[in-house]
Amino acid sequence: MIGRRRNRSLAVHEGDLLRLFPSSWHKTLLVALVVVFVATPLQLDDTWLEVLARCGVAAIGAIGLNLLTGYTGQASLGQAAFLGVGTYTAAWFGVQQDLPFLVWLPLCAVAGGLAGAVIGPFALRLRGNYLAIVTLGVLYVAQYVFVNWDSLTGGPSGTRTAAPVKIFGLDFDNLQIGAESFTRRQGLVWLIWAIVFVVALLAKNIVRTRPGRAMQAVRDRDVAADVIGVSLGRYKVSAFVLASALAAVAGGLYGVVNRQVSPDAFGGAPGLLLSIQYVAMIIVGGLGTIGGSIVGALVVSGLPQVITRISSSTDLPLVKGDAGGSPGIVDVFVLNQFLFGFLIVAFLLFEPRGLAGVWLRIRTYFKGWPFSY
Amino acid sequence: MEKFLELLFAGLALGARYSLVALGFVVIFRATGVINFAQGGFVALGAYVAYTAINTWDWPFPLAVLVAMLLLALVGALIEASILRWLIGRPVLTLIMVTIGILIMIQQINLQIWGPQLLPLGDPWQLSTVEILGVPVRVTNVWAMGLTAIAVAVLFAYFRYTRMGVAMRATALDQEAALAQGISVRRVFAASWAIAGALAGLAGVMIAADANGVSPTIELVALAAFPAIILGGLESPGGAVIGGLVIGVAQQLTAGYQPDFLPVGLSSVVPYLVMVVVLLVRPYGLFGEPEVERV
Repeated sequence: MIGRRRNRSLAVHEGDLLRLFPSSWHKTLLVALVVVFVATPLQLDDTWLEVLARCGVAAIGAIGLNLLTGYTGQASLGQAAFLGVGTYTAAWFGVQQDLPFLVWLPLCAVAGGLAGAVIGPFALRLRGNYLAIVTLGVLYVAQYVFVNWDSLTGGPSGTRTAAPVKIFGLDFDNLQIGAESFTRRQGLVWLIWAIVFVVALLAKNIVRTRPGRAMQAVRDRDVAADVIGVSLGRYKVSAFVLASALAAVAGGLYGVVNRQVSPDAFGGAPGLLLSIQYVAMIIVGGLGTIGGSIVGALVVSGLPQVITRISSSTDLPLVKGDAGGSPGIVDVFVLNQFLFGFLIVAFLLFEPRGLAGVWLRIRTYFKGWPFSY
Repeated sequence: MEKFLELLFAGLALGARYSLVALGFVVIFRATGVINFAQGGFVALGAYVAYTAINTWDWPFPLAVLVAMLLLALVGALIEASILRWLIGRPVLTLIMVTIGILIMIQQINLQIWGPQLLPLGDPWQLSTVEILGVPVRVTNVWAMGLTAIAVAVLFAYFRYTRMGVAMRATALDQEAALAQGISVRRVFAASWAIAGALAGLAGVMIAADANGVSPTIELVALAAFPAIILGGLESPGGAVIGGLVIGVAQQLTAGYQPDFLPVGLSSVVPYLVMVVVLLVRPYGLFGEPEVERV
């Protein structure tokens, strides 16, 4: 280990992959991110903060899905159902029983984890296409349960889901620090992105230690993993539990941001669309990367908002209903959805490693400069 | 008994429509190993093309159906050649997500051209009924069953007796061996997508005739056909037909005989419950090929 060069070297050190901060650059980056985290809510207006809060919620769910799909290799289209489990756990314990934040949020994770544990065993018998379609079935069962369980979900009209967000003295609903008071959205952005950070740290620590390596062995070849002594039952089921627990945490926070939730949002066809968004996040961000999940969440749930906002203030060619005077032909909503589909196809065709792959390519180019490889 | 017969006929007719959609899935999966989630988009596009041919261009109904099938065959082959061909050998999730991406794009194109409202298809059957075994049956349902039977017969004959059909079976069996025998696997892939597109076109018209018109919700019927293909086994065309019929009948019977203590809407869950039960016993479906694991 004498004289090991960290930054300028192209060689990958085994040890580096296991470290939380492979180089001092990562620590610098972390400090920069903390500054951005603190400063952003002070700079942006409320509409953008709302977008940012939703991106944060999505990032938590996407990290969970990436642990399941990116690291353990189990395809799932059921993420939306587990979001619903979380939202209604929060609505029940947080709103109806009025329990504090530090109680209902962990309960969301527990409820989601239990629901995931029910689905997990299917993964032991099924794989690939069959598994994906069974998780599609989960959405329909969830829709049936959510729509009919009136006392919990409020039936078709929906229910109030704005669970309390008070931690000790700090009420993020109406944040006051010293003489300063902040809006609900500012508070929520701080709260949600702090949770994103905790979840990302947790996920990073899982994947760089023993269980993470076992999960990746299952992904790469489950029979081979079984032969070298990785318990398939244990790791496949725990990946499902982990992913659904995180989805449920995201769901609980989704309820807080949304305040009111209608039960058909999580099941059936709308649920499929929601699940697809989560899969798109990890594909755009990069399968098997934690940072990629967060970037993917920012892009997939942020981009439509950005386009909508831009179109409401400027004149885009061919777009109908934007601020400019020219008559358009395409509705903004249609355009957004089309771009979403296009983004998925384009990334899978041209950069299957996602934005994380793009970043890697750029970094390698500069590390190797002036040589091309 | 009358109620049972009525539900049975309705179930078989619904099942026939599922079978058409399911056959499209199976034809593509057998040849290329891709589950085409965009099939629902194809189905809707087929119905919309038929709508335009009948109402805007004033073409006779049978011709409109044929045009819808031909156009969808073309769309299928184009998508295969332009997108799916570059993804051969990629992981399952990649293939699923690409077809989902295509589905989303087709949905938006449909929405952009034809809008969200229900458009009357203008089929010759409308709401007329005939009496079979003492119960009234909708004429569209009789046609749905008949046309599905014809489509299945033609398809099986195609697989059995034509050069391309045999080439497709050979490719499904072993791609490399088929290549070595001089079969153009590329053409097999394109032909599979084209056949699936044509089946989707026919299915779209039949579903629209049943729903009294074309609207974007037609895509959702394809989602209900998933349990049918899983039930029958992804590789088996015969299984797709049987799976479709079973799911259709099961769905109609639950809708008709739903016990009072369960809340409404059970019939939309039943296909998936049937599927899960079958999968737990036979993880590769009723007629699918057991997967052999090699290390």
